Formats: sequence, C-alpha cells, structure tokens
Amino acid sequence: METRRDVFQAIADPTRRAILSLVAAGAMTPGTIAENFDATRQTISRHIRILNECDLLEQKQQGREILYYFNPDKMKEVSDFIEPFRKMWEARFDQLEAVMKQYQSKNKS
Amino acid sequence: MELKTQVKAGQGQQEIVISRQFDLPLELLFKAFTEADLFAQWMGTKVLKLEAENYGSYRFETLDPSGKVVFSANGTFHEVVLNRKIVRTFQMEGTPFPAQLEFLEFESLSEHSSLLKMQIIFRSEAFRDQLLQMPFASGLSMAHDRLQNLMTH
Repeated sequence: METRRDVFQAIADPTRRAILSLVAAGAMTPGTIAENFDATRQTISRHIRILNECDLLEQKQQGREILYYFNPDKMKEVSDFIEPFRKMWEARFDQLEAVMKQYQSKNKS
Repeated sequence: MELKTQVKAGQGQQEIVISRQFDLPLELLFKAFTEADLFAQWMGTKVLKLEAENYGSYRFETLDPSGKVVFSANGTFHEVVLNRKIVRTFQMEGTPFPAQLEFLEFESLSEHSSLLKMQIIFRSEAFRDQLLQMPFASGLSMAHDRLQNLMTH
C-alpha cells in the first residue's frame, strides 16, 4: 500500500517533477541536482529520497560519487495509470455480457 | 482495433465517461442493471436492496470467503426510464470518498447489439483521480506483495 501512495505523491509535487525532468536529461550527483534549485540542499535531498523510494530515480555508485538516473519504465506505468481502471470495467462488462447471454438462452427454451 | 470498453477522463474535469458496446439486445442490457439477481451475478456481489425506480434506493456488499464484508456501497435512483436511462448516486461505505452522480444512457444499435454510456461525476478532480488510480494502485501493491512473498519463502 505504501508504494502506491509514494508514486502518486511523488509526481504530484512540482519540485519533484522538475527534478525528474532534470535527471531525465542525464544522470547526476545529488549536489548537481541541488545546484539547479533555490531550495536548501536538505530539502532537495528529501525530494530525491522520495523519488528514489518509489523507483522513479535509481542510484548508481560511481567511484566515490552517487549518481541518480531516471527510470523511464516506472514513469510509463504512471502515465498508463488509467489502463487498469479500464481493464477492471472491461472485465465487469464481459461478465455482464456472459451472465445475460446465459439468461437469454435459459428464457428461450 | 477499437477497444470494446473506453474510458475518458480529461484533465481539468471532474468526470469519467465509460462507454461499451454489448452483443446484447437493449432490453437485456438494461435488465442487467435493474434486476437484483442478475446484477448480483455480474458484479459478483450480494445485493441487499435494489429498487430500480424513481426515488428508489439500492445497497450491496461484497464478502470474502470467510463471510467478512470487504466492500459495501449504496445509492439512490433519481430517474429510471425503461431501456433508456438511469440516473443514480453511488457511495462507497467506510471510505473517505464522497458520493458520486452517475448518468447511464442505453441505446440500441441493432437487434442484437447495444451501447451503454456511463458518465460519472465526482465532487472534485482530485477525488476522481484517486478513484481512477485505485485499480492501478492495487495492481502495484499486488505486484509488491508477490515480490515480498518471493523474498520471504
């Protein structure tokens, strides 16, 4: 249950969306990311941690540095979030069709 | 190929429009929404009350295998026009979701096919988005649970 809330909370915040689009252009250290914002480094670190926890950002160790890079697969899931809702209704309506076809043939005989 | 069931949820709106074409005559499609035993069968729920008429109300609950209630919902019928339309409210019980207003329109396409258009109106865009995300979220948490099971067994 935690995972779900995190992903949507993560992209609901404008600073985190800005971080995502920045890192999407190329992997970066936390320091470089923070330089692009007026907020304190601590605030930016907190945003990065949230994005990392829900897999929108992934960590890579490079020498002594930690690099963050964007995980496009996760974002694809987010933009496709309506699809499971559609599938749920499709399954429900398929069931309706099956139940009513059965009802129809029963009432014919 | 066109999808059988279509969902539209525009940005900046507080509604969802679901449409679906059925291989059923109009009368049968309509009946699926107004007869308790048929509704119970396709929704997989237990219908406590279904008075599909003007000013009527309905209530249903879903039980898990042990008989515990896992989901319940209720609403009222504002307008029921045979084989044409249903206007009703819908509210999930025991959740923070406010009531939603639903307009169901039924249309005959041929002797053996019909169309349903369901317009659902929410209290706010935020509530709509939250509801849209529910199946996505449970999919995510199911994937998460499967992963956890793999790790612990």
